[in-house]
Amino acid sequence: MKPFAPLRWLVLAWVGALVLLPLAATVAAAGALGFRGLVDAVTAPAAVEALWLSAWTGCIATLINVPFGTAIAWMIVRWRVAGHRWLSALVDLPLSIPTLVVGILLVALYGPASPLGGVLEAAGVRVAYARPGIVLALLAVTLPFVVRAVEPVLAELDPAEEEAAVTLGARPAQVFWRVLLPPLLPAMGAGGVQVFARSVAEFGSLSVVSGNILGETLVAPVYVLGEVEAGNPGGAAAVSVVLLAVSLTLHPLSRALSRAAGAGHV
Amino acid sequence: MSDRWVRRWVIGLVLAYLGAILVVPLFSLLSVVVGAPDRAIDGLLRPEAIDALTRTLTVTAVVVVGNVTMGVAAAWLVVRDPMRGRAALDALLDLPLAVSPVMTGLSLLLLFGRNGWLASPLSSMGVVVPFQWPAILLATLFVTLPFTAREVILVLRELGTSQEEAAATLGATGWQTFWRVTLPNLRSAVALGATLTAARALGEFGAVLVVGGAIRGRTQTATTFIHTAMEERQEEAAYAMSLVLAFLAILLLAALTALGRPRRSP
Repeated sequence: MKPFAPLRWLVLAWVGALVLLPLAATVAAAGALGFRGLVDAVTAPAAVEALWLSAWTGCIATLINVPFGTAIAWMIVRWRVAGHRWLSALVDLPLSIPTLVVGILLVALYGPASPLGGVLEAAGVRVAYARPGIVLALLAVTLPFVVRAVEPVLAELDPAEEEAAVTLGARPAQVFWRVLLPPLLPAMGAGGVQVFARSVAEFGSLSVVSGNILGETLVAPVYVLGEVEAGNPGGAAAVSVVLLAVSLTLHPLSRALSRAAGAGHV
Repeated sequence: MSDRWVRRWVIGLVLAYLGAILVVPLFSLLSVVVGAPDRAIDGLLRPEAIDALTRTLTVTAVVVVGNVTMGVAAAWLVVRDPMRGRAALDALLDLPLAVSPVMTGLSLLLLFGRNGWLASPLSSMGVVVPFQWPAILLATLFVTLPFTAREVILVLRELGTSQEEAAATLGATGWQTFWRVTLPNLRSAVALGATLTAARALGEFGAVLVVGGAIRGRTQTATTFIHTAMEERQEEAAYAMSLVLAFLAILLLAALTALGRPRRSP
């Protein structure tokens, strides 16, 4: 088909004005601080604590959702458990439910006003408005990533290899660790990278469930909001640019791993 | 341990996990709202709640139309148009997924706010973006830009050009080929993209909060209404609105499942 020039201009203007220009303005605002200003903004104690909290809670969410996501994909694809369609729909729920509402759900169950929250509080365990709440929210919003990355690869595994291993006398555990798991690793890695990237950027659920206590439960994106509200857009821009850089570094990594996994998923 | 026991343990663990992070929280929200229906209904029938929900639904409708149209056009350019720089356009379409919602809001604030690049040309035309309705619209357009484009790009790549070439050989004009050959093949990809766009538009929070300011009667949306209600310790109203959004999300999820799940995780 012949290229249609006005369409090109319209699309480029739309995407440019909507995405490129605002992000360029932010990078410029961070750049306007100068090198020293930028370093100072990012190494301010509160900023460092917020970035560190986002990083390690993201790591925990990744370490939990990689095995659980793989197990769920296994239940759906290999075991075809009763109700696997419902299970599959449940895994997609975080794609359609607002992330803020995920935070509200967790507060409704684990918050100090709820029966379970009261029991936990009496036992000295705080979930909502504390760090465990942050991890729970991250786990919920990133649930689909590993499942969706592993599923297509698992579906395309050749059962002949597994049968061959069994015929050659491998025990079930050996079959799992030596035959089934290795081809899944790149897909698990791709899903895991997505979990981490999303965790570091997550805002809605955490703004509700974390309690936003400086130095304790204040994650990086919520810190950015605080800087904006405190009238320090430069500092907010600096920390945002760090978050964007993390995410732009992880994006190609996740793509490369998906390509190595070699199914579905581009 | 026998195979069957491993399976039972894994299934039990996964179900407990999903219960803790999603299912039980969802039911506890439901039970709180159903437990005190009068207060929930009062909360929802307050004029500012109706106003916020109406604003969210209106913005969602506009954004679905805008970004589905532009998404199809952009996808077509990325896959079919031999223009230079289409790889850059492809990458740009994915960019909003890498950006934390708070950064989206901040970026729009920096671009359109005081001293922003576009502030003076727009204000001379009488247009103000920050903390006015265009802020909500732009923020929601930004975060939902990738959804339709990505689904359509995937399908266009798989389709190849043979059908389109056949149509052209038979004398169809570019437009005729697009409307009669290309578009019908894209129907389910477009529907999937529109559903994902609608889900994200209904639930967008961070970007809308930062650049819109959650001003009652002006830029308050359903999600920022929940946030404000939580801060004002009006949990009933927050929970009731959350349940409305969760219900809409589940409807959209049913549509997603009917259309075939998204092939790629977002």
